Amino acid sequence: MEPQFKAIADHALLVTFADEINEAAHAAVIALDKAIAISPPVGLIETVPALVNLLVSFDPVITDHLLVEARVRDCLQNLETQKIVGVQRHVQVCYEAPFAPDLDAVAAMTGLSTDAVIQAHLEGDFHVLMYGFSPGYAYLSGVIPDIQVPRKPAPVRDVPAGSVVIAGPQCLVTTLTMPTGWSIIGRSPTPILTGDPSHPFLFDVGDRVTFARIDLATFERLSKETAHG
Amino acid sequence: MADAEFSVSFAGPLVTFQDAGRPGNMRYGVSASGPMDRLAFDAAHAALGNAAGQTAVEISLGGLILHCKEGAVTLAITGGDFVVEYAGQKTSSWTVLTIRKGERLAIRAGKAGSWAYLAFAGALQSKTWLGSHSTHSTSGFGGGALQAGQSLIVCDAAVGDDRLGDIPKPDFTPKGPIRVVIGPQDQCFAKNGVERFLSDEFKVTDAYDRMGMRLSGPELALDGALSIPSEPIVRGSVQVSGDGVPTVLLADHQTTGGYPKIATVISCDTDSLVQFRAGQTLRFTPISSQQAVHEARRYLTQKVQYLALISVARGSLEQRLMRENLIHGCVYDE
Repeated sequence: MEPQFKAIADHALLVTFADEINEAAHAAVIALDKAIAISPPVGLIETVPALVNLLVSFDPVITDHLLVEARVRDCLQNLETQKIVGVQRHVQVCYEAPFAPDLDAVAAMTGLSTDAVIQAHLEGDFHVLMYGFSPGYAYLSGVIPDIQVPRKPAPVRDVPAGSVVIAGPQCLVTTLTMPTGWSIIGRSPTPILTGDPSHPFLFDVGDRVTFARIDLATFERLSKETAHG
Repeated sequence: MADAEFSVSFAGPLVTFQDAGRPGNMRYGVSASGPMDRLAFDAAHAALGNAAGQTAVEISLGGLILHCKEGAVTLAITGGDFVVEYAGQKTSSWTVLTIRKGERLAIRAGKAGSWAYLAFAGALQSKTWLGSHSTHSTSGFGGGALQAGQSLIVCDAAVGDDRLGDIPKPDFTPKGPIRVVIGPQDQCFAKNGVERFLSDEFKVTDAYDRMGMRLSGPELALDGALSIPSEPIVRGSVQVSGDGVPTVLLADHQTTGGYPKIATVISCDTDSLVQFRAGQTLRFTPISSQQAVHEARRYLTQKVQYLALISVARGSLEQRLMRENLIHGCVYDE
C-alpha cells in the first residue's frame, strides 16, 4: 500500500494510507508504527497511530522531513501487515443499574431486550483503533451491527470515569468524568490508566479486547481493590 | 539549605504547575503539556541559574497572590508584560527579586501578554504524572491547578542577591504574521478558503485556554466533507470546525480529531502566538516545510545564546560597588 507523505510544520510527518477508514489501512498504520519502533530514525520524538495515518514527530534541530521520510520508506519496504496480532486484553463490565442509564434506550432503538443488547456487546470482536480526546480514551472498533446506535443529539454532562459507552461501530471505556454523547451501557472497574509507571495504559493500539460481565457485588469488590491497590 | 513556604492567597483559573512537559505519550491520548510560552519559561529558570525544565508556576490573566510564610528565596518572573507587586512597589514581569517571611507577592495581568512564569531558586514541590509535573489542564493530572489556601513548598531555597534586577527581554522573537506550513488538509477547503486564511485578519476570541485559541474572522468554507477520519493533532494545528471557524490547538490539545486542518503554526512562532489576548488581531503567512526547519534551527541557536547570556549572575549590588570602588581606588593611587 503506497502511502502519502505530508509535512506538518517543522517537526512532523504525516503518513497516510487511505482517505477512508478501512482495515487494511489501519493494519498498515500499526505495522509501520511497530517497524519504526524497531529501527527509529535519528531525532525521532514519537509516533502517533490513528485510523488511517501515522504521525512521526521529530526534533527539527537534528533531522528534517526528507531524512525522516527516507527512513520511513525503508521501513515500508519490508512491512508485514499480516503477522501482527495484538495482545488480548480483558475488561470487566457491570451492566446493572445505576451504571447503565442508556441500556433501555439502546434496547428500544434496536428492538432487542436489554439482555440481548448485553449479549451482543459481549460478542463483539474489539480492537484498539487509536487513543484520542483525553488521556487513556481508547477507541475500540467491533460493536456488532445489531446494537450500533447513533450518537445522542446533545452530549450528557459529568459522565463518570469507567463508563462503557458505544456509538456506531465503536466502544470506549472512559477514564475521566467528562461529557459524552455516546450511549452509556455499563461501568467497568478495570483501570485503563493503570497507575503502573512501567505500563501506565492498559492497551496498545492494535490490541484486542474482550469484555466480561460482572454483577454489582463483584463490581463493588473490584472497585475497592483498585482504590486500595 | 532551608525550605521556603508560601501560602496561596489567590489564584485565578488556569494558574498551574508546569515543567518541560511529557512528550512521548500522544499515542495514549496524552498531549505533552508544559508551558504555553516555552521561551519565557526557560528564561525564568536561566535568570536564576537553574537547570532547564524544572517546575515553575504558569500564571494566567487571572493572576496569583502569594504570602511567604517561612524562609526566603530568590525568584524570577517572566512572560508578557504582567504587573508585579512586591514590597510596596509595582514593577513588571522580566524581573528577579528575593522574597522573605512575611512578605507578599502579587502578579496580575498587565499591559500585554496572556501567560507569565514564576520560577524559584530551589525545587518547587508538586505532584507528578507519567514522570512530569506539568498540569494537563483538562484532566487535572500532573502538578495541578493552584488553589487559594494551598501551600507551596520550595525545597533547598536559595537567596541569590547577585541575580536581582531586570531580565533583558528576548529581542529575537519573530514579529509580524504568524508563520504556518499549509496543510495537511488544505484540499478539504473551498478554493478561496486557503486564500482568505492567508490574506485576512483574524481576531483572538475569549475561547482561549491551554487547549487552544479560537479565532474569529472570515468563514473558511469547507469543500464537501465536514470531517475526515480522526487523525493526529500537534501543538500548532489549525483545525477548522464545520462552521468554518479556525482554532489553533496548543499545549493541552486533544491528540486526535476529525476536523480538517488548514495549516500548522511552526514551533518557533507558538511562543509569540500564545501571548496574544482576546480582541487582538493577527495574520498568518505561509512558509515551506524546509524553511520552517531552517527557522526552527535559527530560533534555537538564538535562544541558546540568549539563555546563556541571562544565566550569568550580575553580582550583588555590594559586590558591584566594591568592584567600582577598587577601580576608583586604582585610579586615585596613580
